[in-house]
Amino acid sequence: MTGPKPKHLLDFQDWSPERLSALLDNADTMSQVLDRPVKKVPALQGLTVCTAFFENSTRTRVSFELAARRMSADVVSFAAGASSVSKGESIRDTIEVLTAYKVDAFVVRHAAAGAAHLVARYSGKPVINAGDGRRAHPTQALLDAYTIRREFGSLEGKKVAIIGDVRHSRVARSNAELLPKLGAEVVLCGPATLLPRDLAAAGVTLTTDPKEALRNADAVMALRLQQERMDAGYIGSLQDYARQYQVNDDLLAFAPEHAIVLHPGPMNRDVEISSQVADGPRSRILAQVENGQAVRMSTLYHLLVGRQ
Amino acid sequence: MKAAILSADEMRRALTRIAHEILERNKGAEHLALIGVHTRGIPLAQRLAAKLRELEGVEVPLGRLDITLYRDDLSEIARQPIIRETEVPFDLARRRVVLVDDVLYTGRTVRAALDALIDLGRPEGIQLAVLIDRGHRELPIRADYVGKNLPTARSEVVKVKLAETDGLDSVELWDLDDVRGEQA
Repeated sequence: MTGPKPKHLLDFQDWSPERLSALLDNADTMSQVLDRPVKKVPALQGLTVCTAFFENSTRTRVSFELAARRMSADVVSFAAGASSVSKGESIRDTIEVLTAYKVDAFVVRHAAAGAAHLVARYSGKPVINAGDGRRAHPTQALLDAYTIRREFGSLEGKKVAIIGDVRHSRVARSNAELLPKLGAEVVLCGPATLLPRDLAAAGVTLTTDPKEALRNADAVMALRLQQERMDAGYIGSLQDYARQYQVNDDLLAFAPEHAIVLHPGPMNRDVEISSQVADGPRSRILAQVENGQAVRMSTLYHLLVGRQ
Repeated sequence: MKAAILSADEMRRALTRIAHEILERNKGAEHLALIGVHTRGIPLAQRLAAKLRELEGVEVPLGRLDITLYRDDLSEIARQPIIRETEVPFDLARRRVVLVDDVLYTGRTVRAALDALIDLGRPEGIQLAVLIDRGHRELPIRADYVGKNLPTARSEVVKVKLAETDGLDSVELWDLDDVRGEQA
């Protein structure tokens, strides 16, 4: 495999397409493990994974904790609200204490971009970024890529339309970084106010026209409209937004029949996605959730086994 | 190479003998299954299945097992092993499974294979067939069927080559230093 093995998964900068493909290949094996009567392998026996969540999350945290346990790692869980962080302890002190307890890897979520990098610096242990501010959410992008790959066999030449609040979405940013590396084309689509121009790059195009975005798309991803951030006047009204950008049957008519629908969750039903589509035959939203565990097991395997 | 251990003909005869022993011990091929351990255990299991078909006219279910995630040194090793496919497309319950591998050495691979197999279901029994038993066990494991017992030193390497994976059938004994030299 090309290049040195990355120690962390903070974003995809240090990850070659070959390594990313190998991680997704291994997710197939992990997925088989999850289909068995005994949904557990002893691969990470003796190691301890700490999920350090400085920002609220249910699904990502549960998914990581189950993934670690399925690999037989011990899991220590840490939520900022119930910790000494709420008494004023710094991230650095918190992480150094946990490292002193012989934690072998950290899974970090934080509202501030770059927090996972800080943890990597202070702990010296492998760190998986489980979402830092608006910047990155690499395992979500990996599970999206894996879900699309499972559907079509490959990502090469596939077109993925990502629609919604791109500005505030770390999922969109990570997908825009990952999918072109794996040979797919990404179209980011949303109202001009929610579509930062600096995201245009090789393999990534921007448009405000959802019909244009959906033309020839193999996968359509609706992004959560972060209503808590809409006070700043990014959109006229929810109704206006939904009328133009909601992924519903009318809009999907502009995509090929084989196109599947994704959503990173949690969903605002009937805002960015209609319930009909979310629960419909083209939806792979639950498959994404299921695949998330396998992809996270594979990520832990890649970072914790065979350290160079 | 230090010594040629088995030729293609000798390997064929060893496998034929193992097939007969399997049938004799299990009183036929009913409820049997063969599971090959990656990598060379798989073609060996396929060959044994073909021999059982030839001798008894029955199709014995075949599976393949990758033991990577069950290795007892996985969190310590420096290189990341590639995970291959495990495929056991039949119910293990009430089956007598013959686990097939090319070389039995420390016994650690077999231990891992036993753990992996038991996580897939509860077979009635598990037996072990190997082409070469080279000794140096680190665990209390022995094979039920052995193609050839080969006393070796730890400084030696047994190379099993199979037509399916290496283009020819042979078993050779090498000095570890020579193998390293060849690979460098």
